[in-house]
Amino acid sequence: MIRTLPQQKSYITAFRLYIILFYIFLFAPLVITCVLAFNDSNFPSLPWKGFSLDWFLADGPERIGLLHDRSNITSILVSAKTAFWVSILSVIVGTMGAFLFEQEKFWGKQGLYFLALTPLVIPGVILGISLLLTANSLGIFFEDTFGLDIPILRPSFWLVVLGQFSFISTFVLLVVSARLKKFDHSLEEAALNLGGTRFDVIRHITLPYLRPALFGSGAVAFLMSFENFNTTLFLVGSETTLPINLYLQVRDGSTPIINAVSFLLIVSTSTLAVVNLLVSKREETP
Amino acid sequence: MKNHIRLGLVIFLTPVLLWLLLLIVIPHIELLRMSLHGKDDMGNTVWTLANYGHFFSEEIYWYTFVRTALYAITVTILTFLVTFPVAFYITKVVSRRLTGFLTILLLMPFWVSELVRVYGWMILLRESGVINHLLISAGIISTPIEMLYNDVSMLMGLVYTSMLFMAVPLISSLEGLDDSLIEAAHDLGASPFTIFFRIVIPYAAPGITSGSIVVFMLALGNYLTPTLMGGKNSLWFTEQIYNEFIASFNWNQGAAFGFLLLLLSSIIIWAGLKLSKQELGRALS
Repeated sequence: MIRTLPQQKSYITAFRLYIILFYIFLFAPLVITCVLAFNDSNFPSLPWKGFSLDWFLADGPERIGLLHDRSNITSILVSAKTAFWVSILSVIVGTMGAFLFEQEKFWGKQGLYFLALTPLVIPGVILGISLLLTANSLGIFFEDTFGLDIPILRPSFWLVVLGQFSFISTFVLLVVSARLKKFDHSLEEAALNLGGTRFDVIRHITLPYLRPALFGSGAVAFLMSFENFNTTLFLVGSETTLPINLYLQVRDGSTPIINAVSFLLIVSTSTLAVVNLLVSKREETP
Repeated sequence: MKNHIRLGLVIFLTPVLLWLLLLIVIPHIELLRMSLHGKDDMGNTVWTLANYGHFFSEEIYWYTFVRTALYAITVTILTFLVTFPVAFYITKVVSRRLTGFLTILLLMPFWVSELVRVYGWMILLRESGVINHLLISAGIISTPIEMLYNDVSMLMGLVYTSMLFMAVPLISSLEGLDDSLIEAAHDLGASPFTIFFRIVIPYAAPGITSGSIVVFMLALGNYLTPTLMGGKNSLWFTEQIYNEFIASFNWNQGAAFGFLLLLLSSIIIWAGLKLSKQELGRALS
């Protein structure tokens, strides 16, 4: 049954076979997407017609590679910009939330904590539409009452940032809280006894201690934002993010350029994932 | 000292309150308010229950709603059945050297955007896809079969995209299970069946609950996978919401649908937590 007990051969063979099939199932779509990005063909399908970098480098007239495809390049930049702001904002607010719920005592704390967790269990589509409705109503209100036109209240870049921030903060809050729980409070007390103020302590002792959690959650927040689709779908304005842009292309038919973008995404996210993992492993083992 | 603490409270509380009030509480009140608004015959905005009335009177709406809920539950169960053996294998069966490696390998695909993963399945399964090509080359079939755009491919896609959220809590709860418990049961003559249902499953219950809650919520709110892999007749409730918002531009109706979806997901999550006697905070972390 488990590794320390005597095992039946058939049990182990069957189990191993299942695991192999599972991992094939897991990686098949990604591997095939990457492979077909290099196929010298106008469609992302077999047969294999030879190796080609056309879908990355070609600049027309028959094939336009990713490097020369303005709409995809622009949307990658928009996504990166969005993810940058979302991760900064959510790390700041999420960390403040972690301090609030771990170190402060106040009336209604349990209720507020519950509320702070809910964004993770609200479907992303609902977060998107409710924010869209609110922004729209506010926009109409300002227009009617003050004659003001506030562009941020229409589907736009900043509305997307706010929508993603609203649930990614909860994620950061959970990660930072988990690390803060393990913090040895005698360090803080010692610093306070030696005459440090609360904010000296946070700056010189608590924050350095939290650093791995801050960077780790920041990196994941960046990825969550970069890949978000559901919430973004309703809030996106003229600056389309990469997932939305890719979705429109996939829906309307596919060219290997989507494979090229996917290949870059797969390579860069796995690199980021592995780096993140190695760094957090190293920081955890003193 | 007292002053410092109060100042700290204000500094930490303000951004958190702003975040939760402006981006969570008020928008959801607005969602409810808009869902209760409609136009009368003169074109004036009035309070009405008509949006909810439409939901119950038009068969297609509540049929889609029930279908989505049942399929989301099916996806949750399937995801559990597929990932549990893997989590058990990684934590308990395979030699310890491989545990870390297999875990990382399991997590890797989920760092990649859902869209890329769905796209990968599309080029594998569709009529001109890779699997058809291989089957024809191997002489197993003579004409390509359309394997995409049906309920089975949609369910498979949903299971695929949500496996991680089941696997991670399962692995972390099984990791805490002390091997000696299983060894003791084995020595006392318990069958694998008994060990599994009396020790492993009860021990993993918190992981199963948190995994199921997240998977259910993600499947229910998924838009990409049903639209791209389910084809024209996928009938997923989020598509209904999208259509009201973007295609029909009937935001009040869309708000009512959104509120119903929110209600459904809250009720099922609440029931799940109650049945397993867990708190939201523990289930999520």
